[in-house]
Amino acid sequence: MNKTWFAYVASVLVLIAAVLAGVMIGSVSIPIQVLWNPNFDEGLANILWNIRMPRVVLAGLVGASLAMAGAAFQGLLRNPLADPYTLGVSSGASVGAVVTLFFGISIPFLGLFTLPVLSMIGAFLTMIIVMGFAKLVDRTMKMETIILTGIIFSSFLGSLLSLMIALSGEELRQIIGWLLGSVSMRGWPYVKMALPFMIIGFVLLWLNRREINALLFGEERAKHLGVDVKKRKMMILTGGSILTGAAVSVSGTIGFVGLVIPHTIRILWGADHRHVLPLSFINGASLLIVCDLVSRTIISPSELPIGVITAFIGAPVFAFIFWKQRRKGSV
Amino acid sequence: MLNVQGLTGGYHTVPVVKDVSFTVKKGEMLGILGPNGSGKSTLLKVISGVLPMQSGTVDLDGKAIHKYASKELAKHMAVLPQLHVHAFSNTVRETISLGRYPHQSGFFSSWSDKDEKAIQDAMRLTDVKMYENTYLDELSGGEQQRVFVAQALAQQAKIILLDEPTNHLDIAHQQQLLDTIKLQANEKDLTIISVFHDMNLASLYCDRLLLLENGVVKIIGEPHVVLKQKQIESVYKARVSSHPHPEQPKPQITLLPSLGDLQVDELITKEHFTVSNENVVLHSKTPLKTVSSAVVNAGSGWFRSFVNRHVKADYECDDSTQEMVDYLEAQGFSTTDTVGMMTAVRTENAVIEEYKGTFGSIIIAVTAGVGNAVDVSKAFEREDVPYVGTINTWIIVNGKLSDEAFIQAMITATEAKTKALQHEDVRDPLTNTLATGTSTDSLLVAATQKGQLLQYAGPITEIGKCIGRGVFESTTLAIKRYKKAKGM
Repeated sequence: MNKTWFAYVASVLVLIAAVLAGVMIGSVSIPIQVLWNPNFDEGLANILWNIRMPRVVLAGLVGASLAMAGAAFQGLLRNPLADPYTLGVSSGASVGAVVTLFFGISIPFLGLFTLPVLSMIGAFLTMIIVMGFAKLVDRTMKMETIILTGIIFSSFLGSLLSLMIALSGEELRQIIGWLLGSVSMRGWPYVKMALPFMIIGFVLLWLNRREINALLFGEERAKHLGVDVKKRKMMILTGGSILTGAAVSVSGTIGFVGLVIPHTIRILWGADHRHVLPLSFINGASLLIVCDLVSRTIISPSELPIGVITAFIGAPVFAFIFWKQRRKGSV
Repeated sequence: MLNVQGLTGGYHTVPVVKDVSFTVKKGEMLGILGPNGSGKSTLLKVISGVLPMQSGTVDLDGKAIHKYASKELAKHMAVLPQLHVHAFSNTVRETISLGRYPHQSGFFSSWSDKDEKAIQDAMRLTDVKMYENTYLDELSGGEQQRVFVAQALAQQAKIILLDEPTNHLDIAHQQQLLDTIKLQANEKDLTIISVFHDMNLASLYCDRLLLLENGVVKIIGEPHVVLKQKQIESVYKARVSSHPHPEQPKPQITLLPSLGDLQVDELITKEHFTVSNENVVLHSKTPLKTVSSAVVNAGSGWFRSFVNRHVKADYECDDSTQEMVDYLEAQGFSTTDTVGMMTAVRTENAVIEEYKGTFGSIIIAVTAGVGNAVDVSKAFEREDVPYVGTINTWIIVNGKLSDEAFIQAMITATEAKTKALQHEDVRDPLTNTLATGTSTDSLLVAATQKGQLLQYAGPITEIGKCIGRGVFESTTLAIKRYKKAKGM
């Protein structure tokens, strides 16, 4: 129990540190007092609350969603290689976004939000199609069926993306930039748009934390332990997909967070998903906030795509932990 | 408790189990047996609801099993499948705690004292408490299986379904696991249904057995009704023999290899014996099936060497068996392949005779002394302690004897020996009545078990005639030699 408490305390402290660093450091350094004293310097307060804070919060939410979705998918599919993108939901979201950029679509009333809205619709449609197809193929929706269906649809949608990239002209840079992921220049509206979905996804997964533990031992075993496997599986798939769809539609396809955070948590603190889920949530947020900070400061004033940084920082850290603790956990 | 009626079901549209009906009472342990592919595991899966049923009913406590909600069913029925693989590493405690899943509910986990007690009890009973914080994949297969038994026990269901719980376990772990389950079943009045690969284990632990053949119930009943030689042979298509367990009133099935001509036939003759003033020895190339009252390797078994050793009349030893084992070892005999007897009589006076019958032949070997002659009908008047053997009789049969023939051969031999004592007018020195034997006679019947089966060996069977005549003549001659040596 002590170990678990330590995990939570340490994770929250790291998150707070990440948030503070995220809002204070940048092209303009902002002293910490500005947080509670807007009158200290109105210009700085404006930067902090309207530019830095929404960016940090969005990065945090995206990171948290991807990490938690990854943890849930790995547990549910009993596959350490599963990540939030396994089901193809992210490819659907990407197609929605790239279509917007490629055709220069701008829906009245939505304006700049055309892209995230279409992206979210893409994610949602993909989720329904993938699950519907998996169910059509195999009524019991075995894990293998779900993974294979996800791969089929990911590949198909991926080829659509490639097609549009191949045919694109000046939009190419925009498309690539979006695909590599970014949380810059989004502001509070993006946060507001993604937040409700993220809450729904979070609650759906949180309600199934014990069921994921049981499902780790296989569907049959879970059923014998009293889990309503069909219903619970649907809830977990839906929850994870909603989190993924919401994250991708506001930030692009940021890789690695959904894979590395849950594994790190499991190696450090065990595979009990009652804790893996919330701890992934917290640490996913921290990782992405830090990565975003690095991406915008390392070659300032230019920005690197955040997806480049996540793997760049995440992979060595993961490798180190993996090597250090390889005897304790099996991945 | 559990009532299965006309159950048909299995994978896809082709039913694997067909029209299966049985009931299990509370506190009962039922074993499901059958050859590979006979539908044992499928039956278990259909009962537990993992596989669909096409027709029939499964009632648990009077309620159809599919009418239970998932959690409700798990409170009543725990299922332990075969060993599984895991994608991630859970600790033993986490794994066992999952057994409490059906008892928990709510948005936040509520781990009650009752939950804690249930898993502590389960860990204690299965002896995995010391692994509480160990990762599952660091444990051996046997230990993992015990953890899953603990998980099922923590579920606190009244009925437990097991699928080959002892798969991949060595015999010590098989015993531990099944002892735990059986003792739990008795203590908590649990009902157990278990699929078994090993019918001997099933026989030992189950109250009743259900034998499946091609998805259909062949027979259901107590182990002695199910594990009958002919029945098992017809269902499993293998040659077997049924024997009683040495300790439990349960039958055990032994496989009979069909090796045919691999074994060499050997005929035992007088020339196989060597006689010296120290011992009488028989060496056979192939093991003989033996029943004897010897000092070393008494009872029944298969042996190749037979030793009748001369010891001094005042031989005394606290542990004569160990002393005899030491002697055999010193003489270069294998102590696990040799039957050893003792006699105070001089072994060079041994009588060894061969008798031929239509069935084959027998060799009788007798060493006799009548110093301790006893009239068995008056023996209750005596108070002396046993001495070393005096009339040692060996009957070596070139033939195949049934169990009853072995016993009849011993009766026939004993009657013939008694007749020989009578003929020589040997008397019990205490009562002066005719002696029937001596105080410590030994008898050995050994057979090559080749050739046609001799079902009986009573006095008027062919072999009985040989034994009767042979033992009488040999014993008479041996007593004469004894008397002569003693100067009587």
